[in-house]
Amino acid sequence: MTEEIIIAGFGGQGVLSMGKILAYSGVMENKEVSWMPSYGPEMRGGTANVTVIISDERISSPIISSYDTAIILNQQSMDKFEKSVKPGGILIYDPNGITRHPERKDINIYTIEATDEASKMGLTKVFNMVVLGGFLKLKPIVHAEYIRKGLEKSLPKRHHNMIPDNEKAIGRGMDIIEARQLLN
Amino acid sequence: MKGNEAFAEAAIRAGADGYFGYPITPQSEVMEYLMAEKPHERTGMVVLQAESEVAAINMVYGGAACGKRVLTSSSSPGISLKQEGISYIAGAELPCLILNVVRGGPGLGTIQPSQSDYFQSTKGGGHGDYRMIVLAPSSVQEMADFAGLGFDLAFKYRNPVMVLSDGAIGQMMEKVELEEQRPRFTEEEIIKNTPWATTGKTKNRERNIITSLNLDSAKQEQHNIDLQKKYKLIQEKETRYELINCEDAEYLIVAYGTSARLSQKAVDLLRNQGIKAGLLRPITLFPFPTKAISELADRVKGILTVEMSAGQMVEDVKLAVGCRVKVEHFGRMGGIIPSPAEVVEAMHKKIIGG
Repeated sequence: MTEEIIIAGFGGQGVLSMGKILAYSGVMENKEVSWMPSYGPEMRGGTANVTVIISDERISSPIISSYDTAIILNQQSMDKFEKSVKPGGILIYDPNGITRHPERKDINIYTIEATDEASKMGLTKVFNMVVLGGFLKLKPIVHAEYIRKGLEKSLPKRHHNMIPDNEKAIGRGMDIIEARQLLN
Repeated sequence: MKGNEAFAEAAIRAGADGYFGYPITPQSEVMEYLMAEKPHERTGMVVLQAESEVAAINMVYGGAACGKRVLTSSSSPGISLKQEGISYIAGAELPCLILNVVRGGPGLGTIQPSQSDYFQSTKGGGHGDYRMIVLAPSSVQEMADFAGLGFDLAFKYRNPVMVLSDGAIGQMMEKVELEEQRPRFTEEEIIKNTPWATTGKTKNRERNIITSLNLDSAKQEQHNIDLQKKYKLIQEKETRYELINCEDAEYLIVAYGTSARLSQKAVDLLRNQGIKAGLLRPITLFPFPTKAISELADRVKGILTVEMSAGQMVEDVKLAVGCRVKVEHFGRMGGIIPSPAEVVEAMHKKIIGG
């Protein structure tokens, strides 16, 4: 099993930390992982993205140009990464703020109303965990118990009281993800 | 852990006595990690933010002269500023560890990863006939491993060692296994292990003088001859490289660091196309694996070097190969990382079909 994922959105949306939690969860499950962020000025207010690879085998290149799954959280990232999904792969996006929806016919497309859901929960910060939940519903590549360990590892101790909310958000994400276009 | 953090933690565990640095992207996590980790409480290691890169490298010079295990880190423009100090350290034959997390140049360039400091690292950088041992990590694990190895080699040969990384390896996270904490050397152990160091004159020996200045030309020439002997010995003893799928390879890629990672994927893609490709990954850039490349040159039909530069290491590959087989360079510059697919395409265009 090798899963190559790009997560892309605005800086501050929790893109990098979502990738980090996923990567740490993979480590906890004793899988090979790599986490390769964009870094630099674009992180501050502009677009941020991170490539996460989780595999049962040694990972050759942490830098890749096509992905099994793209998780897209703003329009710039849609424009940049829609074309990078492997044929037959998955694109997940939050329609909030998206003006041009994905147009490819050779990929599976899912929507997740994570912005809405997080504000309904009264916890806008767990937006990224709602998205992560949606992804894990489609690709259960790490088990729930390891996600918890990943949260413990990547959140600073002073935020460990937030873990139950994060787990709840993951659960909500699993419930609300919707298929927009499925290949046969 | 991020590559930068892994290096910092490994340096503490390697028994480092002092770190002196000045922040610059994409390696600021090294000092950030060290400051947060407070190694002065863990092992007694000193961590100090100097007022400039020039000050930092001269603090390293001073620390090394006292027989201490000291290091600094920076990224390309900062490393350029350190060149004078590095030349002095090489001239005075002092051990130290220098990390360069390379970003694209020239000048301030970009903060994105690059490999355009190969010439600077392996051919001098500062003035005078000197060489550093240059280790090129291609994973977060090696970022950690090369802190300890770097110190060991530095002290074995009384020579500066550079870990030549890049922004991608510094910033990315992978799994890493760290060595156990090595105790820092005590003052008594330092006096015993490094009898040349300025540890305070005792009655039973002459003063130890650390300098790179020698106004007597005959003596300076002898010093140069001795340095060259040492570099030759390093070339004989310390060359390191990794071979991946080279046993039956007809086409060879030579790449180090981040380029080696994506080239490994390119080798897989080429093999899927039925092309027998292999990868030679230099781990030491000085000493360069000239002999291994030369031997492979007799067995392969063509060699592609992949570097995130305009083509620097390719010159050393060509020197190793002579004119026996075609050697071409492929690379991207300015902070762009080539994709494995681009490497495959370059192999087809420049070597197989070229």
